[in-house]
Amino acid sequence: MLELDFRMRAGEFALDVRLAAPAGVLALFGRSGAGKTSIVRAIAGLARPHAGRIAVAGETLFDAARGIDVPAERRGLGYVFQAARLVPHLSVAGNLRYGMRRARGRSPAAGYDEIVALLDIGPLAARRPATLSGGERQRVAIGRALLAAPRLLLMDEPLASLDAARKAELLPYLDRLRRALALPVVYVSHALDEVVRLADTLALVDAGRIAACGPIDEITARADLGPLAGRFEGGAAMDATVVRHDDAFALTTLAFAGGELTVPKVDAPPGTGIRVRIRARDVMLATVRPAGLSARNILPAHVVALEPEPGPFAEVALAVGGARLRARLTRAAVADLDLGVGSPVWAVIKAVAVDRAGAARISYGRADG
Amino acid sequence: MGPLSESEIAALLLSLRIAATAVAATLPPALLAAWVLARCEFPGKALFDGLVHLPLVLPPVVVGYVLLLLFGVRGPLGGWLDANFGIRLVFTAEGAALATAVMVFPLMVRAVRLSVEALDPGLDEAARTLGAGRIDRFVSVALPLMLPGVLAGAAIAFAASLGEFGAVITFASNVPGETQTLPLAIYAATQTPGGDAAALRLAALSVALALGGLLLSEFLARRVKRMLGR
Repeated sequence: MLELDFRMRAGEFALDVRLAAPAGVLALFGRSGAGKTSIVRAIAGLARPHAGRIAVAGETLFDAARGIDVPAERRGLGYVFQAARLVPHLSVAGNLRYGMRRARGRSPAAGYDEIVALLDIGPLAARRPATLSGGERQRVAIGRALLAAPRLLLMDEPLASLDAARKAELLPYLDRLRRALALPVVYVSHALDEVVRLADTLALVDAGRIAACGPIDEITARADLGPLAGRFEGGAAMDATVVRHDDAFALTTLAFAGGELTVPKVDAPPGTGIRVRIRARDVMLATVRPAGLSARNILPAHVVALEPEPGPFAEVALAVGGARLRARLTRAAVADLDLGVGSPVWAVIKAVAVDRAGAARISYGRADG
Repeated sequence: MGPLSESEIAALLLSLRIAATAVAATLPPALLAAWVLARCEFPGKALFDGLVHLPLVLPPVVVGYVLLLLFGVRGPLGGWLDANFGIRLVFTAEGAALATAVMVFPLMVRAVRLSVEALDPGLDEAARTLGAGRIDRFVSVALPLMLPGVLAGAAIAFAASLGEFGAVITFASNVPGETQTLPLAIYAATQTPGGDAAALRLAALSVALALGGLLLSEFLARRVKRMLGR
């Protein structure tokens, strides 16, 4: 779907990007200043690499060797910026129609009414951008980009300019769009919770390069990428299915490749596929099966890799049945427990984040006793 | 009409007509020059900037004289216009408008340039990603946002046009009914024995016009700002 192989100077460092991603949501994830925005700007045609090639859906948009450089306005790509960048003298409806009128014969993934309904912006249609809240503005900006009928939607930290409450308000809309429209998306973020909730493919960007790229569950479970993903937010993401609900205790049992997990009740019928994330710092290890513990989720596992870091901590990659987990321990604990590659352990999971529920809600729940 | 004589009314109407023509003729080149100065980098930009602002610092008589050299019937441009189109600018109302336009050009450029510099380049990028080409973006995004600056520039240029004296009298002379604008009529009145009363009336009229113009431009600026949602 997206083929990137280009070199570009961006500010004080050089980008060297090589990436091939399937359709779906590709997240460019990395620290601020890693070059994520520059990559998206190059895809959009707002910045120009000095060498290499960019292709979307088989069409070459840029090729330095062959002298191809399709202007941004003809690339047919949507772009949602960090700030909404709405045209101030047009009403919300005027902004929404701005790209629609200039779609050059392409038709959007959904019609005006459907997109307006998905983003819940119908009541705002007559208003001016200056009178909208930050979250409303960003929803209009997303609708505007979608109605221009893009072949690929680029989203550059669309939540970064919002406070936590607005962010929580907007995330479900993004999730809804992802499921309703089946539009390829490149989503830039430095917040792991957004990425895990929305992405299918994860590319880690570090110092202008793609440090790793692959399906999100694979990449998040790799211990060697821990430092890139950030100290406290690292963890493993995986797909799970709702098995049954326990209404008396308001709990839900989920099945995943490594067994079953009990989590606070998820608002979705049995059989629904959801995305869960288990942060490395929420996983404890024991060499014998712990008893008399409040944690509900205790799973047999074995150590796949050890990744000591400078400082007190070490990351441990675990195989739990067919799934991968990560645990963040002190190096002292690793030594005390005498852990090595292949050691059998019990993984005690203190919390499971249900990131992608059928009803599009997020809950950070602890399934303790 | 009561307090004003027929020739004084003619001077007033002529002034308004010449000022309007001068502003309309200056607007397109002023927009272009302002855009180039605000957005483009090229060798010789400082010189171009200086040339644009020259009428502001030169004695108006010099501007009028240079125009006389260029557009006189024997001048390179004037001769060409006369030979090909039969247009003569010297000593005509059109010539007075040309001299006025040259004088107020830098005022207009300065006002418009500020509004170009105030444009958010991010909006231009957003419009590009929505499929708008260069001219489309200028018309649909930049121009409406520049409107307050353009209006302010036009209002200032109009007010200054009403008062232009030196360049007009040098290039177009002081022909009653043809090139005698308000300031020229005031000048003529002061040179005529017993013309003090007429000079005073015309001066009061000039003050009223200038004040009215400023109030109108302020009113327009407010309306436009509200229209733009700011």
